[in-house]
Amino acid sequence: MPRPHLALLLALAASVGISTLSDRIDAYVLDVAMGVGINIILAVSLNLVNGHTGQFSLGHAGFMAVGAYLSSAVTVFLGPRLLGAEGGGPWGQGGLFAGALIIGGLCAAFAGLLIGLPSLRLKGDYLALVTLGFGEIIRVVFQNVETLGGALGFIGMPAYTTFAWTYGCVALTIFTVGCLVNSTYGRGFLATHDDEIAAEAVGLDTTRYKIVAFVIGAFFAGIAGGLFSHFKLAIDPRGFDFARSIEIVVMVILGGMGNTLGVILAAVLLTLLPEVLRPIAEYRMIIYSLLLIVLMLVRPQGLFRFTRTKGQP
Amino acid sequence: MSEFLQQLLNGISLGAIYALIALGYTMVYGVLRFINFAHSDVFMVGAFVGYYLGRLLPEHTVLGGITVLVGAMIACALLGMTIERLAYRPLRGAPTLNVLITAIGVSLLLEYTGQLVFGATPRTFPAIFPVAQFEVGGLVISSNQLMVIGVSLVLMVVLQLIVFRTRIGTAMRAVSLNPNAARLVGVNNDVVISFTFGLGSALAAAGGILYAINYPSIDPLMGVMPGLKAFVAAILGGIGNIPGAALGGLLLGTVETFVSGSQFSTYKDAIAFGILIIILLFRPAGLLGKFTVEKV
Repeated sequence: MPRPHLALLLALAASVGISTLSDRIDAYVLDVAMGVGINIILAVSLNLVNGHTGQFSLGHAGFMAVGAYLSSAVTVFLGPRLLGAEGGGPWGQGGLFAGALIIGGLCAAFAGLLIGLPSLRLKGDYLALVTLGFGEIIRVVFQNVETLGGALGFIGMPAYTTFAWTYGCVALTIFTVGCLVNSTYGRGFLATHDDEIAAEAVGLDTTRYKIVAFVIGAFFAGIAGGLFSHFKLAIDPRGFDFARSIEIVVMVILGGMGNTLGVILAAVLLTLLPEVLRPIAEYRMIIYSLLLIVLMLVRPQGLFRFTRTKGQP
Repeated sequence: MSEFLQQLLNGISLGAIYALIALGYTMVYGVLRFINFAHSDVFMVGAFVGYYLGRLLPEHTVLGGITVLVGAMIACALLGMTIERLAYRPLRGAPTLNVLITAIGVSLLLEYTGQLVFGATPRTFPAIFPVAQFEVGGLVISSNQLMVIGVSLVLMVVLQLIVFRTRIGTAMRAVSLNPNAARLVGVNNDVVISFTFGLGSALAAAGGILYAINYPSIDPLMGVMPGLKAFVAAILGGIGNIPGAALGGLLLGTVETFVSGSQFSTYKDAIAFGILIIILLFRPAGLLGKFTVEKV
């Protein structure tokens, strides 16, 4: 069996294993751990777009919102009808949640396709602004849909997200993105990142690569959204605003764009830091913005890149 | 008919503000080939400088109003030059993505420092200029609207004179055409770029004051939406093209006002992005821009 597949199986088994012990783990630790997992999915999927493919999306929270809302809509509106009166048992609920997550992910991917088709013909700066605008539009749309709670937020989803679900999805995300980037097809992403003109000159359809990266990134953001909503049990359009997108972008940049391991470490670090630094929570965004500026001036390759130099400016 | 003219007037006065902000985007893009994300927050800082200055001076006077306007423009010109010096100049020659990320960082820094210093709750902007309303043939014209159009017009004429009639303006055009060649013939690029930032930021400050006069509720995130729309206006007119930015701003302001006056008013904010997508798909160089092929 190839090494990545083995690692995936081990990771899935480990997350299920740890999950069976979750009663014995401190609730707070478990809570933080799930938050870390969701952020890892978001950061790794954004890394496919912003890191490996070298584009710059600022609307990742928007796709997360699509996944969060639509998967919740499935479990809240369709769930009771599909599971029947007695609640369906663990397998029924698991199947429903898996379906909801996939539907949320697919809807997010579709939103990504709609946004990506026109905007990915653009270069860096334009793309950043267009995705920012679209992220905000998605949020405004959810604010106005009354069946999904409107501006007050959407509640009522069952608490399906467990440690196993979260880290199972983390493992799948890292596996998919890793295998994709390291495949023959995936060289196209790196080529697009390294030199778009040269890539076009050797016959790569760079727009297509960008759209594929964008759609896959959006899909996993949608999955993360679904996990998030069934973990927090209440979602609110304001939770998916520009600041949330920036948080994910900071993780990717801090970890080193295109460096999966670094991005994972950065996601862990940036999720744990606010827990430690609760007293100065109001300075969090100021610290993030300063971090962005200083990193670009001093260490543009990210905190955690030591040996690999590929793709480094 | 009179309703049409009324909307047109409202649209032009909103568009004039967009045009002022768009000019800053376009000029910086002209000399540096990057989009200054922090521009919309300079606009916000301009409004807040105006707020503090306006409270010191007597309200409803022309002289006081002009003092506030000029004061905010100077303050923001200095701010813009400082940002350029500290954040962007060290990155000259770095990949565009790094500069872009820095610009986003600066933008967030201004917004969230603003929330800390000014507070997140909206404040009421003082009426710094005298206010009057005229009725001409069924049209209601407020002095503020005339003020916006008049001030923008004056500033745009001044800008045109600076760019086309002065030495520094010639240098700006030279840098925008070819930075290396400009350096060869003795242009100090750093001075020119610094000056461009100062000029653009001063225009953004003027835009901020004029915006705050018409919509007198200001908060640290007020720049985000007008900033995005002004950016759309700059692209609509052809980024890097100064008359294009003015045209784009006026067009966008007018279209937006007509949409918000129609039954589709809830889609007011979406219309700018709709225009952006259409323009990028069908005429990426903008209305007045020249299409350039990227050479290797």
